[in-house]
Amino acid sequence: MRHVQFAEDGRLRHLITLDGVSRQELEALIETALALRQTALRPVNKLPTLRGRTVVNLFFEPSTRTRTSFELAAVRLSADVVNFDVAHSSTKKGETLIDTLRTLEAMRCDLFVVRHKENGTPALLAEHAQPGVAIVNGGDGNHAHPTQGLLDMLTIRRHKGEDFSKLSVAVIGDILHSRVARSDIQALKTLGVQDLRLAAPAELLAPELRAFGQVFDRIDHAIAGADVIMMLRLQKERMDQALIASDADYFRQWGLSQERLALAKPDAIVMHPGPMNREVEIASSVADGPQSVILEQVGNGVPMRMAVMSRLLAG
Amino acid sequence: MNDDVAVEPLLSEWTARIQAGLGARGILRPRLVGIQTGGVLLAEHLARALSPDQPLGRLDISFYRDDHGQIGLHPKVLPSHLPWSIEGEHVLLVDDVLYTGRTIRAALNELFDWGRPASVQLAVLISRDGRELPIQADYVGRDLTIGAGRHIKLRAEPVLHLETIQIPER
Repeated sequence: MRHVQFAEDGRLRHLITLDGVSRQELEALIETALALRQTALRPVNKLPTLRGRTVVNLFFEPSTRTRTSFELAAVRLSADVVNFDVAHSSTKKGETLIDTLRTLEAMRCDLFVVRHKENGTPALLAEHAQPGVAIVNGGDGNHAHPTQGLLDMLTIRRHKGEDFSKLSVAVIGDILHSRVARSDIQALKTLGVQDLRLAAPAELLAPELRAFGQVFDRIDHAIAGADVIMMLRLQKERMDQALIASDADYFRQWGLSQERLALAKPDAIVMHPGPMNREVEIASSVADGPQSVILEQVGNGVPMRMAVMSRLLAG
Repeated sequence: MNDDVAVEPLLSEWTARIQAGLGARGILRPRLVGIQTGGVLLAEHLARALSPDQPLGRLDISFYRDDHGQIGLHPKVLPSHLPWSIEGEHVLLVDDVLYTGRTIRAALNELFDWGRPASVQLAVLISRDGRELPIQADYVGRDLTIGAGRHIKLRAEPVLHLETIQIPER
């Protein structure tokens, strides 16, 4: 059955998940984002592409970084932006999410960025969206964070080139609770990565992801010879029981230190979706070191989200 | 009209006309900007005659088009690149075919997001029928009337040539 995010002709109508998005589509989005990256360097860094369109940030879960990134992306495409204030919204008075969507659609809004703690909320809204209205998943539960996955691919592409098939990529940490890991893993496989390594404590490894790569129970083995190291945030707020003994113990066993980084290729890049727990999953000296591309990931979020919005509304 | 138009015979006369026109205006070193993709091919040719010592500018006007709703965003968007400041410079904007005028309007909008040039002149190899906006070129290789429902486009292979094609009816 075709996913709700695709139109009848196969084009991307919404962006809910990277699962099922073709390699051609992923590459087109990366190419578009690369072109858009250049516009930030010009005297006028805005484009008229979405002039007259309205983008709504519908965040039911707090996230200053992601919301700001989407807002900047929309503004740089000349769209108008509304940040929907969930704390004071009618959803608190029992209005359903679909009623909220209908209300904002009636006010001629064109694209909704939806973040929600429940898996499937953006997909639900996409099922009910009017023709011409696009839904972008800004992160739902531990299901998907497709724009983070895309901006991570853009970052890898800039440092490692077009051919992903020769890359050794290690994804390390709290995979169980990470929507970013799921989107990254799906994109990496679609783009042709053969050597995908997943490393996590047994209690933090999502069983359904085992099939996507080689599973390691020691961080050192996963890092050895890697081109790309993707560290994940330890998401204690999503753990309903204590799954780690202590921060210090976690860092000792799973943290990325300078000594461990030396096991990777000399030109390996270190990534992290942020916000980081310093000295828990990653040492500050690595996070701020020369192989870190963590701040570049943040910067790449804007052109990649511009690419997604322009492809959904103008493409 | 025949399907293909030879380019070489047009090019030398067009180039000479541009050289004379720029000279008459006292412009010795124009900044050459080609519009992707046909305009860039022609700007490369013009650069050899007009200003061989400076790099070309390239514009991809995909994000500036006014018809996204009808044709969508091109799947392969190339980054625009101007390797020098255009502030106060004389720009020669180059394209292969001037048709509706919408591409040039978009290119002018984009140029001004890079800075404020002293002047912009437009050179096109072919000016055809079908204008929808009040835009005319300063330098034209040849005027053509080919009728609605046909397109003419510059091709690089096997040699530089203009190709006319019938647009299939929907």
